[in-house]
Amino acid sequence: MTHDNDQHLHEKYKKTLKREKRFVFSWQIIILISFFGLWELASRMYWIDPLIFSSPSEVYTVLVENFSDGSMLAHTQVTLFETVLGFLIGTILGIIMATILWSSERFSKIMDPYLVIMNAMPKVALGPIIIVAMGPGYLSIITMGAIISVVITTLVVYSAFREVDPNYVKVLKSFKATRGQIFKEAIFPATIPAMISTLKVNVGLSWVGVVVGEFLVSNEGLGYLIVYGFQVFDFSLVMSSLILIAIFAALMYKIVERIEVFLIRHTR
Amino acid sequence: MSFLTLDHLSHHYFSKKNYTKALDDISFSVKDGEFVALLGPSGCGKSTILSIIAGIIEHTAGEVYVGEQPLRKSELDIGYMLQQDYLFPWKSIIDNVLIGPKIGRDQSSETKKRAVDLLEQVGLANITDSYPDSLSGGMRQRVALVRTLITNPKILLLDEPFSALDYQTKLKLEDLVWDLLQKYNKTSVLVTHDIGEAIAMSDRIILMDANPGSIAKTFEVPLELRNEKPFSARRHPKYQILFDKVWEALNQNEAGSQQTKVVDSSNDT
Repeated sequence: MTHDNDQHLHEKYKKTLKREKRFVFSWQIIILISFFGLWELASRMYWIDPLIFSSPSEVYTVLVENFSDGSMLAHTQVTLFETVLGFLIGTILGIIMATILWSSERFSKIMDPYLVIMNAMPKVALGPIIIVAMGPGYLSIITMGAIISVVITTLVVYSAFREVDPNYVKVLKSFKATRGQIFKEAIFPATIPAMISTLKVNVGLSWVGVVVGEFLVSNEGLGYLIVYGFQVFDFSLVMSSLILIAIFAALMYKIVERIEVFLIRHTR
Repeated sequence: MSFLTLDHLSHHYFSKKNYTKALDDISFSVKDGEFVALLGPSGCGKSTILSIIAGIIEHTAGEVYVGEQPLRKSELDIGYMLQQDYLFPWKSIIDNVLIGPKIGRDQSSETKKRAVDLLEQVGLANITDSYPDSLSGGMRQRVALVRTLITNPKILLLDEPFSALDYQTKLKLEDLVWDLLQKYNKTSVLVTHDIGEAIAMSDRIILMDANPGSIAKTFEVPLELRNEKPFSARRHPKYQILFDKVWEALNQNEAGSQQTKVVDSSNDT
């Protein structure tokens, strides 16, 4: 009898959870639809200038047109390729640099002021120099995507390395572990959650680096389309590129989130 | 035969502005197979002694001998148990237990079998593939004990290993640890601030004084108590007598050392 009752209460609890979830989701959908609906309406009624702000139907037509002739696909691929690569290089390089800093306390002390300067420096301002040095092409743009996230990754991961509970190190030292072994068995795995959160930041940063890079030199990619659309006053093209960037940036973020769930199952 | 000797050992902690004498002229020795308890108030440097014996920090004066050799030159295998288990949450139980052998590059199946056996002995069969987050505090500390014993250390350093546990678990674990140490005839140094625990578990109690950490008094635990398990030792008539003596000595020390002895070195520049 009581068991039935407990079961019933649990069912009820699950139902409230479900209802809450449905409520949140419906509002998210409502906001999405009303955003595009209002945009369309405002554009049709000339509340906003359709030449500048375009409209969802315009954007849709542009997207369908450009995807069917394959041009949009090519641009999207280029930008995605550059962003993912810039993101990976920036993150991995940052982690490697943090490891080097950790391996020698003295070295990290020496490097400290330079890291502060490099971190404070607006990396996109290096764009022209990078382009001149590496030539106008993929290489410069990927470098832009990477350079924008590498320093902050280094700083965040290095400070996470230093914040690992010293008692883990004590345990390993009692087994006469070398510094390398301490890094491999305790420092690195303990910092994975911190690294994941820098990944999340880096997703956004790499898009900034790549799009700015494409603004500056490229003749393909979504950043290029934005500049091109701006120059020929085709703001439907600008808007459709923006929407594509938003979709792919969100997708990348979601993928990182999935990886996070998998990696930090047992880190707490 | 004395297994471990601390000879006029001192330790200082330095900072930019001043220095603190954490240990002052500590001398005692531990015989092979003996169980010594270091008892004292917090901040008396008892954990520092263990860290020095473990080779994790280097003492600033005096010497530690293992047998006849200075500690630095000897290859003393130590087992170190901390206040909390500090199991690695990202490693399964068996990997946690085998971390010591892994660092010593011993990955034999024999060691692994011994690990499973030891886990069984402490009442933890069939959890080898679980992760620490699914275990209770007492179970985790038992895993930590197995991790400490698996490398077959010559000496066990126990740094308040039961202080984070609830009372019931603590009493049970005391018996278990005592049993295992007896069985494998281990030499051990226990650091604690729990008078009862020191009396129930050890052969000799070294009472420490704070500021700076120094030895105040040494108590021999009567033979009748040594041969009893910790839980039954607590109910022995002689337990209370010794408890009162230690209690009194502790209170005297506290009254005697109210002033701090942090020396300011900024005035000699």
